[in-house]
Amino acid sequence: MIVFDNVVKHYPGGYTALDGVSLKIETGELVIISGHSGAGKSTLLKLIPAMERPSSGSVWLNDQDVSRLPRRAIPYLRRNIGLVLQENRLLFDRTIYDNILLPLIINGHPPGDAGRRVEAALDRVGLHGREREFPSGLSGGEQQRVAIARAFVNRPSILIADEPTAHLDPAYAAEIAELFNSFNSAGVTVLVVTHDVALFRHWSPRRLALAHGRLMEE
Amino acid sequence: MRNWLYLHGRSFLRALHRLGEQPFGTLLSALVMGIALALPAGGYILLDNVASLARGVSGTPEISLFLDETPDVAAQTEDIQHKLKAEPAVASIRYVPRDEALRQLESNGLGDVLGGLAANPLPDAFVVTLRSDDPGVYDALTAKMRGWAGVTHVRLDSAWVKRLSALLELGRVVLLVLAVLLGLALVIVTFNTIRLQILTQTSEIEVSRLLGATNRFIRRPFYWFGSLQGILGGLIAVGAVWLGVVVLTEPVARVAETYGAVIALTGPNWQQSAAVVGFAAALGWLGAALSVRRHLRGA
Ligand SMILES: Nc1ncnc2c1ncn2[C@@H]1O[C@H](COP(=O)(O)OP(=O)(O)O)[C@@H](O)[C@H]1O
Ligand SMILES: [Mg+2]
Repeated sequence: MIVFDNVVKHYPGGYTALDGVSLKIETGELVIISGHSGAGKSTLLKLIPAMERPSSGSVWLNDQDVSRLPRRAIPYLRRNIGLVLQENRLLFDRTIYDNILLPLIINGHPPGDAGRRVEAALDRVGLHGREREFPSGLSGGEQQRVAIARAFVNRPSILIADEPTAHLDPAYAAEIAELFNSFNSAGVTVLVVTHDVALFRHWSPRRLALAHGRLMEE
Repeated sequence: MRNWLYLHGRSFLRALHRLGEQPFGTLLSALVMGIALALPAGGYILLDNVASLARGVSGTPEISLFLDETPDVAAQTEDIQHKLKAEPAVASIRYVPRDEALRQLESNGLGDVLGGLAANPLPDAFVVTLRSDDPGVYDALTAKMRGWAGVTHVRLDSAWVKRLSALLELGRVVLLVLAVLLGLALVIVTFNTIRLQILTQTSEIEVSRLLGATNRFIRRPFYWFGSLQGILGGLIAVGAVWLGVVVLTEPVARVAETYGAVIALTGPNWQQSAAVVGFAAALGWLGAALSVRRHLRGA
């Protein structure tokens, strides 16, 4: 369960990205967030893995006040959250395999089990047989799929994606939307920021809209 | 425990990989470290050689008491032996009669010189070693012996040994200061290497943090990197000292030969080699730790 309690976020320079957001997301929900550019969508997502802290109000994940979590506890919070950020942030000097393996190493998985999980993740995103290639040789859509594989390989209970289908061909975008739905069907809480609400309409997700830092349920 | 080993193994391999990525830079840093370490290490080995040479020549410092020629030699000798035995500081007493002293000189190759003399010019003597090497004890005892009847001359064999050991002590202090200064330089070199490493890996560090890496996880490969570079530098230093010993053995032996001495230089033994490598590894680790603390602060 994710709870935002009257969250305000001012960025240095005085810009108010979130202006009193209150929100409750149940475990296992599929939530689509849309809004104009600069509405505060990315900021809202970043508050959950404590990449940003609220200026006032609080953010709760299950029974944990994420907004007041001590620094040393943040790594353990993040291991339970799969992140697909706007920029895919792959490591271009490592193979696809090693990119997807990284969260498992960080989590201290035994090598054999980690290898099997990476193989399974590659299968899932349709990149099987390409694990020895480097990200620079992949198309934008393929890179995005590597980023998604990296986000779920550790089997997080929450998956957060910031415009994962931007800059993608419609066919690829539909595949990725399907991928997120399949995670959700497996019980994962999924939050997706997207302009392309229609992509997800088959699964009747919960739809939220942000405008100028204020939230509206649709 | 197995997990801990696994994580360390990973970051060790990661650090090895990074060293291998820039073989030229790695080699250059290791050479700088190696040469800097070879100076004090080589100096120490040299001192060690000189010290063992001095020990071999002198044994324990001795005091020689030369005796008067009197008609009643036996009584006088016995009297002095009694007095020596009563001294608690005396460890051993050896009586060297004049004939034996002569034979010794002859066997040392001075027979030709002595053969020309009509009579044995040497006096009877006692050679005494002490329990302590405290100069105060020596001075007090020699002063006392000079007052004994029948003793013409007291000679302290230790004077040059004392001077040498004082010089060796000075040498050790100089080397220690040198080692500290060069050690500091090595820490600074590693500090900077790690700073550059961190700069080239900002995206990897950032991504790892987003994936839930702890500070320890992120820092570990840098510690390994610093230590490995130190070990490499230490090995180069040991190699350089060995090379120096090998190159110098011939010429030193030749110089020694002209003085009628036999000097065999010995290189560092394995404990000394391990100490140099371990010291270098520790310095590398320290440089890495300081750099990581300085450059990897915060989230
Ligand atoms: N790190 C930051 N520092 C200052 N201002 C920021 C920062 N991040 C975002 N902003 C500002 O906050 C507002 C909301 O940003 P963001 O949450 O990224 O919006 P969205 O993702 O909906 O486009 C924007 O006006 C943006 O310029
Ligand atoms: Mg955004």
